[in-house]
Amino acid sequence: MTLLSIQDLNVVFPGKSGPVHAVRGVSIDVTRGESYGLVGESGSGKSTVLRAVAGLAPVSEGTITLDGQTLGRKRDRAFYRRVQMVFQDPYGSLHPRHTVDRVLSEPLAIHRMGDAEKRIARALDEVGLGQGFRFRFPHQLSGGQRQRVAIARALILEPEIMLLDEPTSALDASIQAEVLNLLDRLRVERGLTYVMVSHDLGVVAHMCERLSVMEQGRVVETLTRADLRALRATQPYTQRLLAASRGFTRADPVT
Amino acid sequence: MSLISVRDLTVSFPTRDGWVDVVRDVSFDLGRERLGIVGESGSGKSQTGRALLGLTPPPGRARAERLDFDGQDLRRATARDWRAIRGRRIAMVMQDPKYSLNPVMTIGAQMREAGRIAGVADPASTAHRTLEAVQIRDADRVLGAYPHELSGGMGQRAMIAMMLMAEPEVLIADEPTSALDVTVQVEVLRILDDLVRDRGMGLVFISHDLRLVSTFCDRVLVMYAGKVVEELAAADLDRAKHPYTRGLLNCLPRLDREPGPLPTLDRQEEWAL
Ligand SMILES: Nc1ncnc2c1ncn2[C@@H]1O[C@H](COP(=O)(O)OP(=O)(O)OP(=O)(O)O)[C@@H](O)[C@H]1O
Ligand SMILES: Nc1ncnc2c1ncn2[C@@H]1O[C@H](COP(=O)(O)OP(=O)(O)OP(=O)(O)O)[C@@H](O)[C@H]1O
Ligand SMILES: [Mg+2]
Ligand SMILES: [Mg+2]
Repeated sequence: MTLLSIQDLNVVFPGKSGPVHAVRGVSIDVTRGESYGLVGESGSGKSTVLRAVAGLAPVSEGTITLDGQTLGRKRDRAFYRRVQMVFQDPYGSLHPRHTVDRVLSEPLAIHRMGDAEKRIARALDEVGLGQGFRFRFPHQLSGGQRQRVAIARALILEPEIMLLDEPTSALDASIQAEVLNLLDRLRVERGLTYVMVSHDLGVVAHMCERLSVMEQGRVVETLTRADLRALRATQPYTQRLLAASRGFTRADPVT
Repeated sequence: MSLISVRDLTVSFPTRDGWVDVVRDVSFDLGRERLGIVGESGSGKSQTGRALLGLTPPPGRARAERLDFDGQDLRRATARDWRAIRGRRIAMVMQDPKYSLNPVMTIGAQMREAGRIAGVADPASTAHRTLEAVQIRDADRVLGAYPHELSGGMGQRAMIAMMLMAEPEVLIADEPTSALDVTVQVEVLRILDDLVRDRGMGLVFISHDLRLVSTFCDRVLVMYAGKVVEELAAADLDRAKHPYTRGLLNCLPRLDREPGPLPTLDRQEEWAL
């Protein structure tokens, strides 16, 4: 059953040197409980698609449906209880003057969820940050620690859908593995649905059943995990990406 | 002769439980080469890089037995000395490009200013050319754009381009390609590689991606809990001794891996001693 449906989405930003047509007619159906991947060139519109779902991009055309209900321009509080986003740039998305504790307790207060103490402690543990980080400010954290605070903030509301924009690209492999395992486990346990942007095909193949490849604002192909693993791609960009990911350990990238 | 020579660098921050050393006795020499620093999130990579430029954020403190650049003792550098060094002779690409770019200035204005500070003859056309070199498709639009109008990978490349304009003698690049897919990554690495080979630049390449670093760099320092726990010639990655380094490669998701939980590290207390 389709939980999130994006139909013919177009996003146009007003730019100084003319409008920027960042998303051009993208359609994606995400089934409940599925993990859906978005890959594509830098600047192809991946983050903008997620932001449009979250109500943070100027949609010029198209419809976004959540559980059969078409979303209007504004997202209400109930929407953010169900749909949470982890942004690509964790620095920009964490308030510089708020401690980790405040970052995590504020959404709980807004959505009137009790047991704040327990939930905060658990969320920090889950992303591999202990209680010692609770009263730090963002600038007192490393890049990967900030990223994990952003993931904890999204998880703490126990949403149904998580929009994950490069959630682990700032993490070393050991912590990435822990975060990916956590996301996988929560999906099974709580029946969560993910839409996940990543430039790492290994991550997408591990996490996602299906994925769409974007180029210059359009979806140019949609593959299953099996297609990806069998290297069955038809688009040149996807093929280049596959070739580069495959040969990386052996081939010297700078010959 | 080495460009940068560091002995027993320690960086500390005050916390609720007193001063904590987040970088502990780090020593290395950087020649006209590609030196990789890898390590766990929070292990002190960025703070090591910042300390080389005297950019330890207050109230943090950095101290070292030796911190030399081209024969000059950086521990005694005055504000004026630093002005002559930062962004001209030693440049740093910060981990958070959007944070280090000025949000109210266009990319073009920032690049032209960086070029002027570095004494570039024709900042405007150099800016354009450098953006194209880092594979930005639409250099004109990007020059006129504000940082928030760029995608993650575009911001990262704009930041690299800005630092390259000065043709520094040393470049400290902190996770410079983490937002880029492998196809673009290769192009950016090639530029850095050319600068090391043709112009004798020294490159400190900070990354959490061990595989990338080992294919690109000459030498790799592996950090864990503030310390360098291992130094390897990049080609000797297979012979890594430290369990953190050895375990790291197993944790990577791969296209050909069977589904199921990824292996994780069983961290031992003694690694952090
Ligand atoms: N606020 C904005 N104003 C103007 N243009 C914008 C704005 N936000 C994004 N864009 C443009 O829209 C296009 C798509 O950006 P988006 O961030 O969606 O790319 P992306 O696929 O996520 O790339 P990356 O992998 O580099 O993060 C880019 O050309 C970008 O410059
Ligand atoms: N202002 C500060 N006050 C207290 N602790 C700090 C401060 N800044 C950084 N730290 C701590 O110093 C340690 C090292 O941070 P650093 O940013 O160097 O890590 P890193 O190796 O670059 O990690 P990442 O891969 O996540 O970017 C971290 O544990 C971080 O929480
Ligand atoms: Mg993006
Ligand atoms: Mg860092």
